[in-house]
Amino acid sequence: MSDIRKSLVEIVGERGVSDAPEELWFYSRDPGVLTPHKPDYVVAPKTTEEVQKIVQLANQENIPVVPMGNGMSLAGLVIPLKGGIVLDMKRMNKILEVNAMARYVVVEGGTSQGALKAYLQKHHPTLRHSIPDAPSTTTIAANVSLHGQGRLTNQYGFNSDMVTGLEVVLPTGEICRIGSPSIGPYWISKGPTLPDLSGLFLGWLGCTGVITKVGLKLYPNKKIRDAELFVTDRVDLIPHILYKLTHLEMLEDINVWFQPKPLMFMGNYHITVFFTGDTEEEIEFKRKMIWDCLQEYMDSKDGGFMSISYMKPMLLEMPGRNIADFADVPKGGGFEYSGPIAPIEHFPQYAAKVVELAAKYNVLYASTARLISGGHAMMYSISFAFNRNDKAMMERVEKALDEATSFALGMGGIPWKPNFKEQKMLLQKMEPNARKLLLMIKKNLDPQGIMNPGNWEVNA
Amino acid sequence: MVQLKFDQKVCASCRSADCLLKCQYITFAGHKEAHGEMMKVMKGKDSRVLTECVTCYACEEYCTRGNHPFYLISEKREEKGMFTAPRPITTQWKNMTSMQGKYLVGNVKDTALSCCYLPELGQLGTGEIFKDVASAQVFGAEFMCPAVHSHFARMSVIKERLPMVIENYRKLGVKEVICMHDECYGTLTSIASAYGIEVPFTPIYYLDFVLQRMKELKDRIKPLNITVAYQRSCSNRLIPDKLPVVKKIFQLIGVKVPKRKYQGENALCCAEIIRSVSGYKLADDVQKRNIDDMLAAGAEYCVFNCPACQTSLSEKVTRRGLKPVHIIDLCKMAIGEKEREAVS
Repeated sequence: MSDIRKSLVEIVGERGVSDAPEELWFYSRDPGVLTPHKPDYVVAPKTTEEVQKIVQLANQENIPVVPMGNGMSLAGLVIPLKGGIVLDMKRMNKILEVNAMARYVVVEGGTSQGALKAYLQKHHPTLRHSIPDAPSTTTIAANVSLHGQGRLTNQYGFNSDMVTGLEVVLPTGEICRIGSPSIGPYWISKGPTLPDLSGLFLGWLGCTGVITKVGLKLYPNKKIRDAELFVTDRVDLIPHILYKLTHLEMLEDINVWFQPKPLMFMGNYHITVFFTGDTEEEIEFKRKMIWDCLQEYMDSKDGGFMSISYMKPMLLEMPGRNIADFADVPKGGGFEYSGPIAPIEHFPQYAAKVVELAAKYNVLYASTARLISGGHAMMYSISFAFNRNDKAMMERVEKALDEATSFALGMGGIPWKPNFKEQKMLLQKMEPNARKLLLMIKKNLDPQGIMNPGNWEVNA
Repeated sequence: MVQLKFDQKVCASCRSADCLLKCQYITFAGHKEAHGEMMKVMKGKDSRVLTECVTCYACEEYCTRGNHPFYLISEKREEKGMFTAPRPITTQWKNMTSMQGKYLVGNVKDTALSCCYLPELGQLGTGEIFKDVASAQVFGAEFMCPAVHSHFARMSVIKERLPMVIENYRKLGVKEVICMHDECYGTLTSIASAYGIEVPFTPIYYLDFVLQRMKELKDRIKPLNITVAYQRSCSNRLIPDKLPVVKKIFQLIGVKVPKRKYQGENALCCAEIIRSVSGYKLADDVQKRNIDDMLAAGAEYCVFNCPACQTSLSEKVTRRGLKPVHIIDLCKMAIGEKEREAVS
């Protein structure tokens, strides 16, 4: 047994460490198109103190540490590009506190979205969190560390905006609380009125420390959820329609999507509008407001509402499973997307680009955009499905995604959860002093460069 | 392409103008105005009928002279490039129902059981009532009656696809097709006839078939002793001579249908298409008046013969305390194949 493995076993126990080939194979990849790379060890801590000791050991031995939730980013964010330790956080899955009156929860760094959803449904049915459209096994800490979005993003911003405090293990091994929990017992603010140090960890993809606890805002869970589906064949109208819908200031979530298959969706752009209420009267009032605000497009015959009775159960699922269905259209279950954050006025250009790329690289597309913060921006997903057993198809998808990111950057968009190649493109485009500041912060927090190396690096 | 056989002289000499005067969604001052508007439609002029018609099909029944006013309205709308529903919804229906080679054909010999393009019909066409024909189900766009496109004023789609559908049945070598949907039977009889399209097999109306089977199963029937309201479908307007079959079935299984305002010729549309064509205000109003009327008559169940109507109204009638049920399920309840509580 190597000294490092022995030391890891001393920290977390025999069952918490593995260097078995089959496990390393699994932890070397994610479901996206990026090339796998094996770690040397997989370690699953149970406590913050164990995380601390692992990071201290990694510093001492100068080996990489890659914190991992469920590894479902699709962007290869936890592929250990330089080997080392993959820190599987899933055993740190306790829900530590719910402050119902202040509407926040504190969870450990490996707690899954599904676990929190189930816990709230059982113990606090009037509360909910912003559930992303990712598998329920994905974790809350990973989601906020990559600025994830969810069902409440249109109302309240990125899921990382909903953080109310953090506990992190710094790359140098110190345990540190961020925001109001650094001052007192309440997890009510990640920053204000203090300098907002949460920005040193949110969006850094595990390059600046390991998140071991997250405080997260909770929101009212209304008794009824409903949806309407507006359809138009005029892409130029989409920004205006979204502007009108967001002006209502009462919608839970707004998604815009188009895809060539099945045939019923071909040639149209679809806007799914989600809304909630505690009574039928509230629901009907909101439904009428939604219809009324788009009346002019119905009058001109440019758009209308679809009858969706049979689709509604699928539309209202949280998380939605239609993405997984799409991934399997070419068989082989592969799916990846470039997800730039962009102004909604650019929707027509992005829509044209996804169709162009699909034709150029002969791949199947589906495209979905989610509105962020009431329309300040949208996350535009340029999505391609592929067969994981078809290398040529995967290469074509990878090229299409690279081109999509270049396009987005050219349009002034910001790639969401960028993979290491996209991070490089971002750093190259970034204003030099901003880049210098970013790299300086990273260097100061992680002087040995052991945290998820290969990410947010100029010369990786 | 086939053409609508519309006798202008019959229409010009009409003394009733019932096709429009009886319309429940457009009002006219009297015979003169209604007749005048129909003449405008016939001559290809602009008419408010072309913009206000909600496509309920009822004028096909109101015209007792066999002159197909609704098909004419739809033809003229299309000629003028008009859309009833929004353009993308029209496109969606055309795409959704296009033939893609994804159909199901059971063990078909002389008889086919047509499930159109409605999956619910496959489930309904089972059990003791359909035991001899259930295995002969056919389903898919290739066997779908394209009448729905008349709602969108796209008669060209019907004229293009209906001969193909009939040809697909002909290739199966069937002598008769039991139509599980009023729309299919109406298409193969009323529309095919109006456009001079030959149907080389005998269309059988499914409720005729069900009535016959229920007579054969009479010993198993336990009267349901319930009071119901019947939701007549739009496509039943294409085959009004078949409406009495429903009454006979109800009598056979011990179902009481109290008189109400919106029944028979005065039946209200389920309003799903009205929502698409005219918006929620008229649709909500129609549905509310309809359900209010069902409740005022003392109905316990709302009985459908069309899955589309059932989808449109089920949730709403349930919320008001009525139990939604398809007429076939009602028959299955009467012969003990379905529990009353199990019906949704």
